[in-house]
Amino acid sequence: MTELARLSIFKQILEKGPIILLFISTLNEFDFNYLGLKYFSFNFPFILIYYWSLKRPGSLGYGLIFLSGLFNDAVVGLPIGVSSLSYLLICGFSSYLRNITLRPNKINDWFFFGFTILVVNSLIYGVANIFFNIQIVYEDILVNILFTFLFYYIFSYLFELYKNFVYGASSV
Amino acid sequence: MRPSSRDDFIIAIRSAFLKKDNKQKFSLSALIILTLSILILGRYEFKIISYAKLSLKEIAYRSTFIFSTPENLIKNGFFATKNHFFVYKENKILKEKIKELEIKKYNSQYLLSENQRLKETLNELNFTSNEILAKVIVDKQSPFLKSIIVNKGSKHGVVLGMGVLDKEYLVGKVVEVNFTTSRILLLSDLNSKIPVDITPNNIQSILSGTGKDNGKIQYIKENLLIENENEVFTSGAGGIFKPGVPIGTIVKNNLDSQINVEFFSDFSQLRFVKLRAYLSEEN
Repeated sequence: MTELARLSIFKQILEKGPIILLFISTLNEFDFNYLGLKYFSFNFPFILIYYWSLKRPGSLGYGLIFLSGLFNDAVVGLPIGVSSLSYLLICGFSSYLRNITLRPNKINDWFFFGFTILVVNSLIYGVANIFFNIQIVYEDILVNILFTFLFYYIFSYLFELYKNFVYGASSV
Repeated sequence: MRPSSRDDFIIAIRSAFLKKDNKQKFSLSALIILTLSILILGRYEFKIISYAKLSLKEIAYRSTFIFSTPENLIKNGFFATKNHFFVYKENKILKEKIKELEIKKYNSQYLLSENQRLKETLNELNFTSNEILAKVIVDKQSPFLKSIIVNKGSKHGVVLGMGVLDKEYLVGKVVEVNFTTSRILLLSDLNSKIPVDITPNNIQSILSGTGKDNGKIQYIKENLLIENENEVFTSGAGGIFKPGVPIGTIVKNNLDSQINVEFFSDFSQLRFVKLRAYLSEEN
């Protein structure tokens, strides 16, 4: 009985894995500045949110995504609400893709992700620049978008393995 | 009648944004509207939003400090290992520098006393300063914003616009004050603009951040008078900083005639900083 209860708690923690990872990544803001890689950055929360709201919408609550966006803004120093808006828009895009897709295809998802982050980043940095007068280095954003797009494929593979391990291969 | 592709698009959009999913507690559109309201009210600095922001930032900064502990351990380990390889070479350079500095020290002592005497003669402004030592708790330099968070806030007497120093070098200024924490905008940030004085020709200019690790000199006519290795100090124009706080050295780029500034302080290595408010008092 105790063994069963322990297993159930462990499974519950694993099921909450994506949201825990989201909060860790927004509060920790993985960065590689200390490695001296000048032109390397990617937006891990974008990949995480897009993948999990596309493949398993229940695993990330919209309310928690909204909250993690607020934390991200506080940590990064952007106007409060900007990241939340971008995260929620990504959820909307992935939800739209889920609604129109009959046969899921990895390449399709990947290119739609590229389109999504281009639109969302343009909108968000447009808002930050026009309404909040924040100056931005556009080449840094482009590099960030490019690496986020490229890394999606690798992370989607890892998340797929995690999803199959926690929920089983046939889960939707 | 078969629905058109436009109808399909509208249905998919409506379902994605307006319908509340079974497993979700909030609908996406409601949260988007809430976020937009926060953004708009925040833009016009509504009191409730400002207080909510302050509380959120306090929680976020403290949580980030805890969550960053493992990463900071790795980071410090990385730097310790890297430094270990260069100890011998560094020791040789430092010995030479000590010799040079000893000579400079005696010269500057004389210049300081002479400067003080001349200022008194001219009846110029003298500056006194209040200093607060603060620990850097968050050092997440995102690609878009170069800033750090320190563990001192309004409770400890921090005010907006205070100069921030690493040893005696200027590294930035306070741009946001919470109750127990503050955000410091580094000189390397694209939004940072500081009036500076370039020696030895005493050329007044503006130092702007580049979003990278260096700064650049802007709005200047006397390009030819500035040379490599010239030193950059605060000019004191605008009254925020005391004149003569060291910032960095000039590195001229011959290709695009841009004048860059290499900072004396390494912004990725900040652990403790001094927050200093300069008050001018007449002789």
